[in-house]
Amino acid sequence: MLKTVIPFGPQHPVLPEPLHLKLTVEDEVITEAIPALGFVHRGLEMLANIRDFKQMTQVVERVCGICSMIHAMCYCQGIEAIMGIEVPRRATFLRTIWSELNRMHSHLLWLGLFADSFGFESLFMQLWKIREKVLDLNEATAGNRIIVSVNVIGGVRRDLAPEQISWMLAELAEVEQEINRLGSTLLTDYTVKKRTAGKGVITKDKAFELGLAGPTLRASGVCQDMRMLGYAAFDQLDFEPVVETGGDCYARSKVRFREVLQSIDLIRQALSRIDQSEIRTKVKGRPQGETVCRVEQPRGELFYYIKADGTKNLERLRIRTPTFANIPALLSILPGMWLSDVPVAVLSIDPCISCTER
Amino acid sequence: MFKKLIQKARVKSPWLLHYDCSSCNGCDIEVLACLTPVYDIERFGIINVGNPMHADLLLVTGTVNYRNRKVLLNLHDQMPDPKLVVAIGSCALSGGIFREAYNVIGGVDKVIPVDVYVPGCPAKPEAIIDGVTLGLNVFTRSKEGRKTHAR
Ligand code: SF4
Repeated sequence: MLKTVIPFGPQHPVLPEPLHLKLTVEDEVITEAIPALGFVHRGLEMLANIRDFKQMTQVVERVCGICSMIHAMCYCQGIEAIMGIEVPRRATFLRTIWSELNRMHSHLLWLGLFADSFGFESLFMQLWKIREKVLDLNEATAGNRIIVSVNVIGGVRRDLAPEQISWMLAELAEVEQEINRLGSTLLTDYTVKKRTAGKGVITKDKAFELGLAGPTLRASGVCQDMRMLGYAAFDQLDFEPVVETGGDCYARSKVRFREVLQSIDLIRQALSRIDQSEIRTKVKGRPQGETVCRVEQPRGELFYYIKADGTKNLERLRIRTPTFANIPALLSILPGMWLSDVPVAVLSIDPCISCTER
Repeated sequence: MFKKLIQKARVKSPWLLHYDCSSCNGCDIEVLACLTPVYDIERFGIINVGNPMHADLLLVTGTVNYRNRKVLLNLHDQMPDPKLVVAIGSCALSGGIFREAYNVIGGVDKVIPVDVYVPGCPAKPEAIIDGVTLGLNVFTRSKEGRKTHAR
């Protein structure tokens, strides 16, 4: 049988990001997939030697524009741990609220792109229409649509007014209603199931062995979510990770769909339990010491290692992102798949290349 | 006569190609958001295509680095003349927040000629649409007044 090598990317319409895969195909079936990375590498970690530790909050937000708030939150938590800063209670709740809004818009974005990957254009448009509502919530409360920049070391920059809270609750109810309306299409439609169910199965043991993270891992039946650690205000909310057992592309989309609804629930809880207090503590001095900080991104576990030596710049900043953990999953499911299923499989792990390559 | 028709079609219905240099995704998803019902760039007859040979407009987000420089040049070369390049976001304008990073060359205009600059980090969809429609004037105008800035 003749072997052909087909390049997927770096510029590909289904994925806005430059991921390059060299696919070896026999007939229409893939036998080997080799990724080529580095198109988005900027050298962001080394900027820690140029910018001071407070400015780095803005830099790490730009590791990835989709989950920027969570990156900054993780970084701030790390520095706060080194310097022994107590964050006010209200600030932890506000961080929780914005990080869940961030997760919602990221998952809705992904669900839309996923629908697009198997050619369901109208579902894509509908999901993105709902997403705009979430972005409006961001813009009204934090001042920007995507990169919200609310975190500072020692707290948050902005506060919610009481009338904003009631408005947010009303908007969330609307968003929930619309998502539920689309849910029946997304989860039970014949075409969707035909294209996703049974494709790219990862078993529970395999997922654990590959060291996957986030929804990709939870779709295989492993219950692991960094929010269980109880950072920010998650220890004061009722939280149960979403777990599915299918392990295929369909299960992965189901996990993400249910997580959107879960985020709405978490925001509601946080809004009802939030109390009045300061939102920011003063930061004095410079950090010295090292720490490791883990939070849950929309795509999985995010890991920061920070080493500071008491000067204005950090000595070392190391970021490990969930997509880096999930690429082995992609490489293990691609061989044996049809070429036409590649976009579905690639998107099912929700790759974020700019996170991975920084 | 035929030329006039093509000219008119190009302004009324330009096809765009989007390439993400090393952007942080912030600007990319705003470009994508332009295509969706709330902003709906298709009402200007603009369609997003995946093939550079079909495209009149190139939307670039993010800084150029040593790895994707060649890809960007390649895409630009493959596009048929006349073509229009719109740089989106502070990264594409000058390198933005990453300008001092070791793998970053700088703005898009270091590699290919840029017609319209859309500032913002990330640039808002309204600004992107404004930039694209401003750029369309370039097709009808002569060479001198090429450089335009979106608000
Ligand atoms: S301009 Fe800002 S949002 Fe856009 S790619 Fe650069 S860092 Fe990201």
